[in-house]
Amino acid sequence: MDVVTKVLEEAAKHAEQFKSIHVEKHLELEYDLGTLLAVDTNDLDLRKIRSKSDRDQYFKDLARDNTQLLLNKIWELPTERVEEAVVAKLPAPTFVLPREKPLPKQKPLTKWQKYAQEKGIMKTKKSKLAWDGTLQKWVPRYGFKRAAAEEEKNWLLPVPDRGDPNEDQFTKKSKIKSENVAKNEFQRLRNLAKAKNVKIPRVGFLSVDKLNSKQLGEVVSVAKASTASLGKFQGNLPKEKRAKNIGPLLPSGRKRKLAPPTPVQERKSNLDILDSILNKKPKLDIEKAVNRSLNTEQQEQSEGTKSQKKGGKRRKGGKKGKGAGKRTGTKPKGGKGIRKPREKTGRKRR
Amino acid sequence: MPVMQRIVKPTTHRSKRALLAREPKLVENTKNALFIKGRKTSGMVVNCMKDLYDIKKPHGKILNRQNDILPFENITPVEEFSRKHDASMFMFASHNKKRPHNLILGRMYDSHILDMVEFGIERYRGLKEFKTQKVSLGIKPCLLFAGELFEHNHEYRRIKNLLVDMFQREKIQAVRLQGLEHALLFTAAEDQIYLRSYRIQLKKSGSRIPRTELEEIGPSIDFKVRRTKISSDDLFKLACKRPKELKVKKVKNISKDTFGTQHGRIHIPKQNIKRLQTRKMKGLKKTVLEKEEQRKQRSVDAKTDIQT
Repeated sequence: MDVVTKVLEEAAKHAEQFKSIHVEKHLELEYDLGTLLAVDTNDLDLRKIRSKSDRDQYFKDLARDNTQLLLNKIWELPTERVEEAVVAKLPAPTFVLPREKPLPKQKPLTKWQKYAQEKGIMKTKKSKLAWDGTLQKWVPRYGFKRAAAEEEKNWLLPVPDRGDPNEDQFTKKSKIKSENVAKNEFQRLRNLAKAKNVKIPRVGFLSVDKLNSKQLGEVVSVAKASTASLGKFQGNLPKEKRAKNIGPLLPSGRKRKLAPPTPVQERKSNLDILDSILNKKPKLDIEKAVNRSLNTEQQEQSEGTKSQKKGGKRRKGGKKGKGAGKRTGTKPKGGKGIRKPREKTGRKRR
Repeated sequence: MPVMQRIVKPTTHRSKRALLAREPKLVENTKNALFIKGRKTSGMVVNCMKDLYDIKKPHGKILNRQNDILPFENITPVEEFSRKHDASMFMFASHNKKRPHNLILGRMYDSHILDMVEFGIERYRGLKEFKTQKVSLGIKPCLLFAGELFEHNHEYRRIKNLLVDMFQREKIQAVRLQGLEHALLFTAAEDQIYLRSYRIQLKKSGSRIPRTELEEIGPSIDFKVRRTKISSDDLFKLACKRPKELKVKKVKNISKDTFGTQHGRIHIPKQNIKRLQTRKMKGLKKTVLEKEEQRKQRSVDAKTDIQT
């Protein structure tokens, strides 16, 4: 018996040196195993934290307990064996973290894609090589070695019936091709601008063989406004009307728009306004002040003379000559004063 | 007339891929962090930042030049850096008389500032001062937070979120049990945040679950919280928005019993017996009159069907 108790005691002593895997906490921790996170909301021992000597040991004990609790949870998870290593499957993280960038937006469809969707036109996969009947070999549809194949095939071009025999068919072909490329680029940019909701300026007039009457009218209107004096001295034909919707093409129809200020600029301008308000000093415009003082002097003088006149001359009934003064309802006579054509004077016109 | 600005397409596949990698994604990549120096720095704050860079390493970028930036006065240059390097987290070190040993932690959303916290380093013991075995590079640490401030104070809650964002590393589906090596403890008490870093040692305990022992490996930093710039709740909520596509759809009418057998419940609408096709026989063939009547009846039925 003695030996047994001794052994047990020793074992207990030995066990005391090590900390247990069971940790008791007043409040249970919050875990998020997906991010390997444990949050301990228990009260801290502030006295130990304040003292410099105890602080680190206290944190170490705290960390050990919390780590033990977290690992206990992780060891409970279902495990797998992957290449000689035991792997625990983690649940999805529940701790909500903000994203780095906003959610991806769906790309707006291009004009053709939209049309194809409406009509139910499906994309068909084309092989990169196509059999060429005249060359009797496989030729790429586009890209590498396509141009060489084209040159090989069309080394000679026939002049079409009723075609101009002096016209170079090769330059004609290359011109058509370059125009197609330009058109494609234009459409790509138009799609891009539409997708980004950017207003694009009109690019004038696309080269068409024949302009219709509306386009002709627009061209005439733009041409007329394209003089040095912005078309001020251009005469009008009888019944000529200015084309509509060409405002942005004309210099008078464009509005100047300032770019939105950068945060730095905005801040500066706001501060300037604030400064101007706070440091307000009355501005002294000397010329204006002199004029004003002169004016008041003159008025005073004239008032003085008036009062003198009033005192001296007193009219006694009836009209007397030209300086009789105005009476209501009298007809104005020519050359008597300032004409005010805008204001209502004279007799009432019916 | 203003000339339409040409929008240049990427000419090489490599640049195209690089641009694609920067676009918003449904499942995002791990956030990168930038480590920026201010106009003047102290040795302490630079060493501290380098230690934190070591913790963050494959997903961090250290900028060696000194920059005349004050993030709390004007954040735009930092945002510009973030856009250029495609890094949404940043750490900014500076040192001046008013705010000695200053370290700013921040993060961006859509390359605009979301949260930013300024810490003053009160006490610092570097990674190299602890002469111990270190953890392997790029390992996901266990993050431990202690102190009720992290739970009840709005500002500290956001700081906790920021710290988790900064140190959590990549998202993983599974973890190797022996690979749980590193533990970071953040303790908040009395406007200070204490960062301690430990190496976890797994010891035998007599049961399946191992007994853990910790060894401090550094860095050990005492931060004092100075200024903070915390985003509005609206913006934060917007930034936390989950994509619809990733939400798990609720599975209806399927259940599992205790033995693991799957049960499904099927809902069948009432059968229309009137239109049931029975056996066809010559004797039962309808006359023209009957057919007419049936057609009328059918149209009436259809109408009532539509109404109900």
